[in-house]
Amino acid sequence: MSDVAESVKKIVVEHLGVEEAKVTDTASFIDDLGADSLDTVELVMAFEEEFGIEIPDDAAEKIQTVKDAIDFISAA
Amino acid sequence: MRRVVVTGLGLVTPLANGVKPSWNRLINSESGAGIITKFDTTDLPVKYGCEVPVDEDHPDAFKADDVLSPKEQRKVDKFILYGIAAADEAIKDSGWEPATEEDAIRTGVSIGSGIGGLPSIEENSIILKERGPRRISPFFIPGALINLVSGQVSIRHGYKGPNHAVVTACSTGAHSIGDAARMIVMDDADVMVAGGAEAAMCRIGFAGFAAAKALSKGFHDDPTKASRPYDQARDGFVMGEGAGVVVLEEYEHAKKRGAKIYAEVVGYGLSGDAYHITAPASNGDGGYRSMQMALKKSGLNPEDIGYVNAHGTSTPLGDEIEVNAVKRLFGDAKDTLAMSSTKSAIGHLLGAAGGVEAVFSILALTEGILPPTINLENPSEGLDINLVPNVAQEKKVDAVLSNSFGFGGTNASLVMKRV
Repeated sequence: MSDVAESVKKIVVEHLGVEEAKVTDTASFIDDLGADSLDTVELVMAFEEEFGIEIPDDAAEKIQTVKDAIDFISAA
Repeated sequence: MRRVVVTGLGLVTPLANGVKPSWNRLINSESGAGIITKFDTTDLPVKYGCEVPVDEDHPDAFKADDVLSPKEQRKVDKFILYGIAAADEAIKDSGWEPATEEDAIRTGVSIGSGIGGLPSIEENSIILKERGPRRISPFFIPGALINLVSGQVSIRHGYKGPNHAVVTACSTGAHSIGDAARMIVMDDADVMVAGGAEAAMCRIGFAGFAAAKALSKGFHDDPTKASRPYDQARDGFVMGEGAGVVVLEEYEHAKKRGAKIYAEVVGYGLSGDAYHITAPASNGDGGYRSMQMALKKSGLNPEDIGYVNAHGTSTPLGDEIEVNAVKRLFGDAKDTLAMSSTKSAIGHLLGAAGGVEAVFSILALTEGILPPTINLENPSEGLDINLVPNVAQEKKVDAVLSNSFGFGGTNASLVMKRV
């Protein structure tokens, strides 16, 4: 697993309070990991913080799965 | 008319988490005051208060993780956490669980707060200034709003009835219970979970109340002596935090399900001073009219009230004004009356005070024990009333009155009696 993937999964586990095993690449924050719309906003903020990047609102709306997050951050 | 009874009690206080340990420490004349440990007080004029105990060596400490998961705790300010905890205890105590959709629709919540999420307002203001608006949490607003105690309790327990939140400074808890009782009388609900929650103990809260010259500041050597209502050496209130919640229920509804009934809410009075934003009117007229209205509604006479849980905050002005208003209302009945300020032990819980003190008043009724006014060493002159000095008194009383007065000149009184 890449460093980015590892960090993303760690943040998801911490913020959503879910088991690590459930945080697969294809897991959807809302459908699979019990997040609501406010949780996803907070999650994006945590990614910005951890990776020192800015994720614009229109891009943030498209980040719905763990893989979406890893791909966006890796390309940023 | 529909009658309203109390069927459940819940407390989070600076003495302990829970009704029984709080009450036991209260009647044992213990103090919940100490040097503040939860935030930096270095540059504050007051460094003591009454914090809810969280130390592991305290046998009845409050454990946040027992109430909400760490993930959920991050989404609410502390007053909401305390409110949820006290509501959980009261609901469990009442044994009420809505079984049908209709039951859920007939169950509501009315838990208010005087100030709400002051610690998170402080925290997020600093983040806004230092790091900009993009770093403000989406949970800041729903975690700080006063009515989110009622909202959270409703969501947690599935209560779909009236969802209400009073904001009347230090009268909040009493108004919350009074308003909720009226909702039951008016047939808006059969069960209401009602009370107050507060956790404004943070740097900006202390700076603000100290600037208003409301806080005690002369007892850094021994903070347990600082809250001393009616004593000549009193110099302001000691800030506390916590929550007090009751389950109110329509009498026939409670009887039908065989619920344990603590007391009946028979009187509720409200008034305004129309005088000053922080100071009480010197003639005590607002408090007098609030008590008078509650007594009139109850149909009781002054001599029927055995115990008054005073507002008594330990401020130089307020304590005597209230005693004089009580004396004026009770006339000759003052000689058999007992009145104490439990703020001497727990400090002033602001919007939670009326909720916590309603619970203490009810326990005085059911236990036959009047909680003391501790630290009452040299009473101010002219207070010729039994203020239950320093030691609890055993006395069977049939009805009690609880007073709460707040900034803005807002007053509330509750009368409760044995069923």
